Amino acid sequence: MDVKLTINGEEKSASVPPETTLLRLLREEFNLTGAKIGCDVGDCGACTVIVDGIATNSCLMLAGQVQGRSIETIEGLANMDDYHPLQKNFEDLGSLQCGFCGPGIILSAKQLLDDNPDPNKEEIQDALAGNLCRCTGYTKIVEAVADAAREMRGNREAA
Amino acid sequence: MKFGIGQPVTRKEDPKFLTGRGRYVDDIELPNMTHGYVLRSIHANAIINSIDVNSAKNSPGVISVLTGEDYAADEIGSITCDSINPMLSKGEPQLRPHPALIKDAVKCVGAPVAFVVAETLVQAKDAAELIQIDYEILPSVTSVLSVREKDTPIVWEGTENNISFTFGIGNEGDVAEAMKNARHITKATIVNNRITTNSMEPRSSIGAYNKGEDKLTLYSSNQSPNRVRSELAHTILHIPENKLQVISPDVGGGFGMKGGFYGEDVLVLWASRKLGRPVKWTSERLESFVTDSHARDVVADCEMVFDADGKVTGLRVSADYSVGAYVAPSGGISPMFFTLLLSGVYAIPAISVVTRCQFTNTISTAPYRGAGRPEAAFVLERLMDMAAQELGTDPVELRRKNMIKSDQMPYQTALMHAYDSGEFEQIMDEAVEKSEWHSFQSRREKSKIGGKIRGIGLASYLEGAAPFNERMEIRFDPGGDVTIVAGTHSHGQGHETVYSQMVSEFLGVPFESIRLIQGDTDKVAMGRGTVGSRSMTVGGSALHLAAEEIIEKGKKIAGHLLEAGETDIEFDSGVFSVAGTDKQINIVEVAKSSYTLVMWPPHLGMGLEGIGTFNPGMGNFPNGCQIAEVEIDPETGKVELVNLVIVGDVGTVINPLLLEGQIHGGITQGVGQATLENIVYEGKSGQLLSASFQDYTMPRADDLPLYDVSSHPVPTTTNPLGVKGAGETGTVGAPAAVLNAIVNALSSVGVKDIEMPATSEKVWQALQNAA
Repeated sequence: MDVKLTINGEEKSASVPPETTLLRLLREEFNLTGAKIGCDVGDCGACTVIVDGIATNSCLMLAGQVQGRSIETIEGLANMDDYHPLQKNFEDLGSLQCGFCGPGIILSAKQLLDDNPDPNKEEIQDALAGNLCRCTGYTKIVEAVADAAREMRGNREAA
Repeated sequence: MKFGIGQPVTRKEDPKFLTGRGRYVDDIELPNMTHGYVLRSIHANAIINSIDVNSAKNSPGVISVLTGEDYAADEIGSITCDSINPMLSKGEPQLRPHPALIKDAVKCVGAPVAFVVAETLVQAKDAAELIQIDYEILPSVTSVLSVREKDTPIVWEGTENNISFTFGIGNEGDVAEAMKNARHITKATIVNNRITTNSMEPRSSIGAYNKGEDKLTLYSSNQSPNRVRSELAHTILHIPENKLQVISPDVGGGFGMKGGFYGEDVLVLWASRKLGRPVKWTSERLESFVTDSHARDVVADCEMVFDADGKVTGLRVSADYSVGAYVAPSGGISPMFFTLLLSGVYAIPAISVVTRCQFTNTISTAPYRGAGRPEAAFVLERLMDMAAQELGTDPVELRRKNMIKSDQMPYQTALMHAYDSGEFEQIMDEAVEKSEWHSFQSRREKSKIGGKIRGIGLASYLEGAAPFNERMEIRFDPGGDVTIVAGTHSHGQGHETVYSQMVSEFLGVPFESIRLIQGDTDKVAMGRGTVGSRSMTVGGSALHLAAEEIIEKGKKIAGHLLEAGETDIEFDSGVFSVAGTDKQINIVEVAKSSYTLVMWPPHLGMGLEGIGTFNPGMGNFPNGCQIAEVEIDPETGKVELVNLVIVGDVGTVINPLLLEGQIHGGITQGVGQATLENIVYEGKSGQLLSASFQDYTMPRADDLPLYDVSSHPVPTTTNPLGVKGAGETGTVGAPAAVLNAIVNALSSVGVKDIEMPATSEKVWQALQNAA
């Protein structure tokens, strides 16, 4: 089947078997390997991408379901020289370790901050509860999201 | 020095991870690559009467279907345990080497039976469904508790019992004597439940055969590529080691579970060589649960002997440890640490330990963060709390009375280890203060008013870290930049950052100019990888020695360049100078000059580099105290961890930012075991019931408090940096601290004990039974 969609602002198309998930479409057709296969059944969040503004387990969505829709992946969030405030604050606190769950966690956090610019600790923990991390114990991740929110609010006020 | 030792430097590794450019094995696509799928046993103990692969071979896209017959015909070697400590071993170990594809009889669910290689993974899986296997099912035993019973099924027929090997140490006569004179003996059977690692990256392997060069390359998510190369080349494939290249790129968490090679590494290499095409295998999460090595799973009968003053005069531990059906290559490690570390932070004059390592019809157990040390700490810290309860004394004071004091260092335990340093009592006191231990009662009252049950518990613990020698290289390139070639393997720890801090300080070169190479046996001459909290100790100390070699060589070159004698050259902060003069030259300029093309004195060689090797001897003994506070809702049984304080001694701190991360992660894995995580096999069929993240619950972001972490460094004298291991210490203390807190809460309403994990259901049941 043919799929047309927008990925990180660029229009893309591919021809894939109907059982192809969005996750495999991104990884295998477009070489966007930031989204990871952690469980392939929607339990771990390592495959999280943003579909039309909603953080989504891309392993649970078929390629056919994203026809005409807009996808944001970690590769499109920022480039190596120009971090998103989440990436900057994750780096400042050493929030990631092995890095495998990182792209999914950052994108879940991005949706939270897009929806709620001033989340409290419990709201951050709740928003990240769908993303498993085995290395970090989440402490520095939760703190970095709070710091990023603060920074983004400051940026908005300055603008 | 902004980037030197002790600074909270952010990670060099982060840009690639934060932008999704990490490159893990499953992210690698090789030209013409095929995909492998392992068909596994669905029975816990069964004889294979026949395997019919004909339909599978004719299935669309299938390139090859391999079985145990093919494996044997090609004379591929068997996987065996090489980690039995002969100083501890009693009697002849029964290790049961096993092939990577099993031919005659499967001994656990998940045992590999056939390997299907196809153009796509879907085609390989479809074909695997067509394989017909005639199994004759036998009785099985999966629980180590059941192994202790009479008439238990025998895993390996023809043997009298299920013992694989037995470790023993100590002086039973002294313990018996202590018992005779005892005022009190605390007796308990302490169970440490079976858990699994669940690195977020599932295991993945690619085998690629280059026929022109007759060379094999393995991409594998493991922690010790050089060790994997040696073992695969010599014992499995029977090829020269230089004909096998092992690459471990970014690895998404290891925790010991990825410490060595697995059967799938063998299968992709073997299949690739047979087929002439690269073969990739990636574990599905279900497969990870079923086939990654599991951990803990030990039950210990314990007797702790006290005199009239509350001093421990003896300890006897008789334990059964499950090693699974097939002993893993590193299957001897965790029982060894468990056996050796049962003195903990305490001065116990007489100890006797026997650890029987038992076969069960389960997947192998092997090191997982802590590897025997959490089990030992759990035994000691549960016993201390039980004894305090029985003797009616304060748990802090009972521990204090028995702790090894700092002025007793170095301290020879009644077991093998001698500790070089540690301030256990001071650390406990700091943790007690930080946790506001003494005002706990008022918080308990407050919780009671809200209908909740509050508890507090502590664990003082010690572990052994940093095994084996290590090799590190530092070299300047002709442009004056620095490359570190590491025998260790970072898979989340941030070695590029901390090693750069060290080399920047040792040599006075810019932090930014330093790059790390690791994880490729064609680039790293030798190394033992990263396991056992060893890299800062052995990698760091070897780097220190490599830097000293560079400085000595640099003095010769600087002497030549500054027209002075080598013995007149001094080195400080990156600058060589002639003593008593203002003549000087920067090390980077010295390095560039060392590559001078013509008119260069022959005795100065070419280039500036150093190789350091460091042997840690018996390693070092990180320690700490953790205090957990919990609140339990009696309506639901839900345990909320409301506070966790840790004061830890990991010796010299290289990077406090990264150290915190190591401690946080370690604690969380311990909290997970204490409250949530449990591997469960169904008793009769031997099926794994906890085989998804739905059934095996790991801590999530909303399960945990923000931890209160602080350091009380007591530098060790056993390495030049004074560092102690840091990677596992959080995990060693957390299960005991958290469970002690839960039991403290429950005992206030009449529940005496509870086993890990203290899930809501188990806690609720215990409360109902006590009511």
